[in-house]
Amino acid sequence: MTTIPLKLPFKINLSRPVNPTGIWDWITTTDHKKIGVLYGVTAFLMFITGGIEALLIRTQLAGPEMKIIAPEVYNQLFTMHATTMIFLGVMPLSAAFFNYIIPLQIGARDVAFPRLNAFSYWTFLFGALIMKSSWFLGGSPNAGWFGYAPITTTTFNAGHGIDFWVVGLQVLGVASLAASFNFIVTIINMRAPGMSFMRLPLFTWMTFITAILLVLAFPVITVALIELMLDRTFDFNFFNTSAGANPLLWQHLFWIFGHPEVYILILPAMGIVSEILPTFSKKPIFGYAAMVLAAAFIAFMGWLVWSHHMFTTGLGPIANSVFTITTMLIAVPTGVKMFNWIGTMWGGNIEFNTPTLFSVGFLSMFLIGGISGVMHSFSASDYQQQDTYFIVAHLHYVLFGGAIFGIFGGIYYWFPKITGRMYDEKMGKLNFWLMFIGQNLTFFPMHFIGMQGMPRRIFTYDANMGWAFWNGVETFSAYVIAFGVLFFMINMLKSWGNGPKAGDDPWDGRTLEWSISSPPPVYNFLDVPKVEALDDFWVKKQKGITKIKSKTKPKDIHLPQASYWPMLVALGLTIAAYGIIYNLVVCGLGIAMVLITVCAWSFEPVNEPDAH
Amino acid sequence: MKKIISLSIVFLLIVSCGKDLPMSTFDTYGPIAEEQAFIFSIIFWAGMVVLVAVEAAIIYVYFKYRRRKNSNRKAAQFHGNTKLEILWTILPVVFLAIVSVPALSAIWNFATMPENPAVVVNVKGHQYWFEFQYPDLHVVTANELHIPVGKQVLINLDSNNVLHSFWIPKIAGKTDIIPNQTNQMWIQADHTGLYYGQCAEFCGESHALMRFRVIVDTDEDFAAWIDHQKTEAYVPNDPLEKEGYTIFMSPKAGCGGCHMIHGSKKAKGRIGPNLTHVGSRQHLAAGIMENTQDNLRQWIKDPGKIKPGNIMASQGAVYMDPNKALTDSEVIALASYLQSLK
Repeated sequence: MTTIPLKLPFKINLSRPVNPTGIWDWITTTDHKKIGVLYGVTAFLMFITGGIEALLIRTQLAGPEMKIIAPEVYNQLFTMHATTMIFLGVMPLSAAFFNYIIPLQIGARDVAFPRLNAFSYWTFLFGALIMKSSWFLGGSPNAGWFGYAPITTTTFNAGHGIDFWVVGLQVLGVASLAASFNFIVTIINMRAPGMSFMRLPLFTWMTFITAILLVLAFPVITVALIELMLDRTFDFNFFNTSAGANPLLWQHLFWIFGHPEVYILILPAMGIVSEILPTFSKKPIFGYAAMVLAAAFIAFMGWLVWSHHMFTTGLGPIANSVFTITTMLIAVPTGVKMFNWIGTMWGGNIEFNTPTLFSVGFLSMFLIGGISGVMHSFSASDYQQQDTYFIVAHLHYVLFGGAIFGIFGGIYYWFPKITGRMYDEKMGKLNFWLMFIGQNLTFFPMHFIGMQGMPRRIFTYDANMGWAFWNGVETFSAYVIAFGVLFFMINMLKSWGNGPKAGDDPWDGRTLEWSISSPPPVYNFLDVPKVEALDDFWVKKQKGITKIKSKTKPKDIHLPQASYWPMLVALGLTIAAYGIIYNLVVCGLGIAMVLITVCAWSFEPVNEPDAH
Repeated sequence: MKKIISLSIVFLLIVSCGKDLPMSTFDTYGPIAEEQAFIFSIIFWAGMVVLVAVEAAIIYVYFKYRRRKNSNRKAAQFHGNTKLEILWTILPVVFLAIVSVPALSAIWNFATMPENPAVVVNVKGHQYWFEFQYPDLHVVTANELHIPVGKQVLINLDSNNVLHSFWIPKIAGKTDIIPNQTNQMWIQADHTGLYYGQCAEFCGESHALMRFRVIVDTDEDFAAWIDHQKTEAYVPNDPLEKEGYTIFMSPKAGCGGCHMIHGSKKAKGRIGPNLTHVGSRQHLAAGIMENTQDNLRQWIKDPGKIKPGNIMASQGAVYMDPNKALTDSEVIALASYLQSLK
């Protein structure tokens, strides 16, 4: 073990872990593939907890005037369900793909900042644990994932639930920001020679756009969260209505973040679908440039529509008209993407296996969510739909039928690459059909009961409202979805252990990740590939150019080394976060730990002094 | 005509209407809800055309271009079609521009407040009930809004606590109630009768139980109701009602600290609902149960059980202090007194 003395007023020795094994390997790893797996497994477990919360909600609503779950607990459940699915489920599941796939698709050996990548993961994990620990520490946040002021202020919400939400989201925000900067820098700087921007695979493009959105959106909610934290912890008056605050400030800040956030959730899934459809149609993507431009336009327009979440707050007819128009406009690039996906399949020779089914499921479900989205872009009639189950139907068609279907398709698609083994196709199809039928029977009737006047976020309803039948159907179908997910888990666990060997290129793939072995070696590419076209790997296969013998020896390849510090910095942040809730001295200690560990991180030596 | 068009959606969705669905947004009884259902029907049918066309294309692709066993068909290799792409960019723009015309004009229609409203009502959102003040008529009531039929009513919305939202699905879409910002809306009901309303913005533990009723009266009925509301509260003679009166006004129970009973010197509170004519209301506790002796007793006995998190249960002296807790006979007396306040 090499140690390098540092030029500090006091003398300390720092060393890096060398070839750690077992649990220490996972804790100190800076390998993007291992971090990707950690992200994926953690986020999936969180997705399961969010699903259990959803089932509890549906169970309470199965019939009118049910008393299975107490009102306060119900409010905590719907708050945590949304918070979990958005911040701990869909976003980190997308991040798992970013981590694992992006360096492989652009021909890189790792991300630009491997330790920062590890830090993102540990911060996400600890942020998730902060959020979820609230269930065991006196109750979870109970004001909805949108946390509209002033119900989140101490006047109306004295318990610690909201504090967990405020600090938990800030910690998760740090994780997302660090990861986003990392991927922006990686995609700009680490592309293989010849991989120009207009030769990037579409999933990489969507990741790039998503990361830019995140970097711009998260500061906005961080400002709102810090204001709320100051209110709650230090008696500031940002949202104190008795001191004259206008609580709409929160809504503006929240939705300026919140609407781009919707695209942060859906764009990665769109990227995944844009990989799967060409591969299994055996055709290039239809209108590559239009797909990129449409996504960029959607991302840009995402900043100009936030007030469509606030049509009923009395912003006046000018604002409502403007935001009606901007919201409708987003349908145009989204439509272009939809038509181009169908154009991609048109004339193809499409293999309808599990990833394709999930992708086509994505198209047909996201379409319904998109159309209902245009329906309530009309602010005049949205006065009737706002805060009803119609909106719940819409958002689940976008986020479940859309984002989750895309992500599930992506997991099946890249499973052979990640594990080197093939999943069980029959069980995969069963998983798809259960989820597809369950999704439609759960969320489609919500359109009906929404138009029949059922508001969101109510823990009970009267029998004479006429909503009982569809609610019963929805609850039953929610369990059908749960069974679908159960089959998914069985398939993954079974196939990861004993699935048949998949081979390097089981799908006759188009992008660089299929040109290397499955699972990929730690250094990814023996020689950094030279890219000459869009879908370079596919083009070369068509020309009959197969693997060239390399003279590079794996041991000569410099790779990022393991480090303790990313995890320790994240731990310091977590201690500081709990300190805000319980004791400011502890918070100070946590911040001190962050400062010390960040210094240690900065001065950490490389193990091989001759390495660059 | 508009109503027929919007009702056609209802049948399409295999959804019945009318009395079975007291909060259906399709079964409209006022010009605003009717226009909203009409606008929805425009975008609904437009959306249906797109939905059917695109889903049909997806299904066509599935059957036409799926890989079959023992087939040597090669996938066509093309990268796009600029003309087609321009077409399906421009077509939706034109489509949306056409359907947006009635939608945009309606926004201005709803936002233009009546210059001479027949009635002005100040609605105050509380956790978890609605207060209705008629400033020009000097009447204050709770949870049951009376309005005259066929007249424009101006509503001013305000809250001194959290956010709420005022919504009567069959008469008008919702407008949020926001502290420190008085929002306005106008409503009109074209048929007499009873309509359901509900708070539509999450407002805390019992948000689901924050409901109200709108009673649309003929002009004569409305005038009579207003005249009656202006009168002072009934002073009971019956011994049981009298006992209830004494308990209500006693410092021990302290009901008058929060509740107003017009004509009494001891009940001048403004925190809870005005109870001057509570016996004449059809429902209790913000429209969640019928106004009967039995329901009223249960409510007085343990309001926190019926409506968790409500302020009376957490701050009322008789509920906070076990020494002051109401006995069953006191509850019966109080219920009789309140029922007598017709």
